Amino acid sequence: MNTLSDTWSWLTTAAHWSGPDGVWNRLGEHLFLTAVCLLISCLIALPVALVLGHLGKGGALAVNLSNIGRAVPTFAVLVLLLLTPIGSYGQWSTIIALVLFAVPPLLTNAYVGMREVDRDVVRAARGMGMTGRQLLLGVELPLALPLILTGVRIAAVQLVATATLAALAGGGGLGRIITAGFNLASTPQVVAGAILVAAFALLVESLFEAGQRLAPQRGRRTA
Amino acid sequence: MPPNGGPRRARGPLPGSNGRVTAPPDDCLARNEWICGAYLSSRREILVDAVLEHLQLTAASVAVALLLAVPLALAARRWRWAAGPVLGLTTILYTIPSLAMFSLLLPLYGLSAALVIAGLVLYSLTLLVRNILAGLRAVPEETRQAARGLGYGPLRLLLAVELPLALPAAMAGLRIATVSAVSLVTVGAIVGHGGLGNLIYSGMNTFFKAQVLTASVLCVLIAVAADLLLLGAGRLLTPWTRRQA
Repeated sequence: MNTLSDTWSWLTTAAHWSGPDGVWNRLGEHLFLTAVCLLISCLIALPVALVLGHLGKGGALAVNLSNIGRAVPTFAVLVLLLLTPIGSYGQWSTIIALVLFAVPPLLTNAYVGMREVDRDVVRAARGMGMTGRQLLLGVELPLALPLILTGVRIAAVQLVATATLAALAGGGGLGRIITAGFNLASTPQVVAGAILVAAFALLVESLFEAGQRLAPQRGRRTA
Repeated sequence: MPPNGGPRRARGPLPGSNGRVTAPPDDCLARNEWICGAYLSSRREILVDAVLEHLQLTAASVAVALLLAVPLALAARRWRWAAGPVLGLTTILYTIPSLAMFSLLLPLYGLSAALVIAGLVLYSLTLLVRNILAGLRAVPEETRQAARGLGYGPLRLLLAVELPLALPAAMAGLRIATVSAVSLVTVGAIVGHGGLGNLIYSGMNTFFKAQVLTASVLCVLIAVAADLLLLGAGRLLTPWTRRQA
């Protein structure tokens, strides 16, 4: 298990953690990319999904978008965007690619969540004289919240993975440690980078899962 | 740098040259256009090889994953205590980004096609185990009891009743796993075994637009074709679901 000890010594070398190529900087880039893109994707996908779900329209699109997103290779989109004129504007090609892959799970889950709200509850709310807006924000949204949050969690994990791949197409983030390791033919660095990426992805997943466990109870209380 | 089969010629428009004087053949390759018929005809062999490698990697990984997933799902169904660890472990594996997964396997497999297959098996496993288990769990208890009442032993019950009834859910999982695998093979370019991903990777380094677009489109076409093929196979295997609908 030579690789293990070499990897351990890579991880415990202070020089690998500081500087522009260091772990802390790459982690910051990764976190920044993930957070910014998650915010942008939510701002794009959630309003659309909530309105479509409220109106009950565009279901085929919302559901099929996830399937389409799965068939299109992330790596291909990253490279295609890099070669377009957008690619010369720094991180924009990466950000656009990340958002493209985070939108489908958000849209699909939020739409399905809105449609799965008990129709009797919706009818009762209408019978009480609620306007469409009140119905959407006061009834459907809180009841759809668990599935919406599932979508946010899937999107966040997807963003971490896509941001890692972005390193292959010249982007920043923790994936850069891995690609640099490949270029240096340094297996310990490749493995160390992979461990960091995997730990980060699992951390994000468990944080969102914990958040999800807390949130539905609040939703239930207000509903 | 991983070795790749793509052309190494710099295809970008040269800085300073206006294209007319220095580029004698004024075709789409020289102009580095996205869509280029000349690329298709002149690189036919490279493209065919890449597609074949892509198909082999996908088929091998999905097949191995299926062979592993069925016993795992059966174990998780049979023994209640096994369900938690099996599902938990596969979910953790699924959360690890593809690039990291391939990298973690590097010390075990080196720069080989086996590394890509092993990585893809781990991803497909999650989708398959979850779906097969869901299918097995959805078999109605009455059906099972009826089969037992007819004198079916445990093995015959499994092969003739439970597995066929779990087939629609399993096929749904197989379709998702296959489509995902087709798309993830491209990441194998990092170790030089990425099928069409190799062409995308080398096309990126040389700014070869026609190559990147052609390889990407072929990738999506393979995914769609595989999906439709499995959809058709699923219909043939489960005629009873069609009659119901």
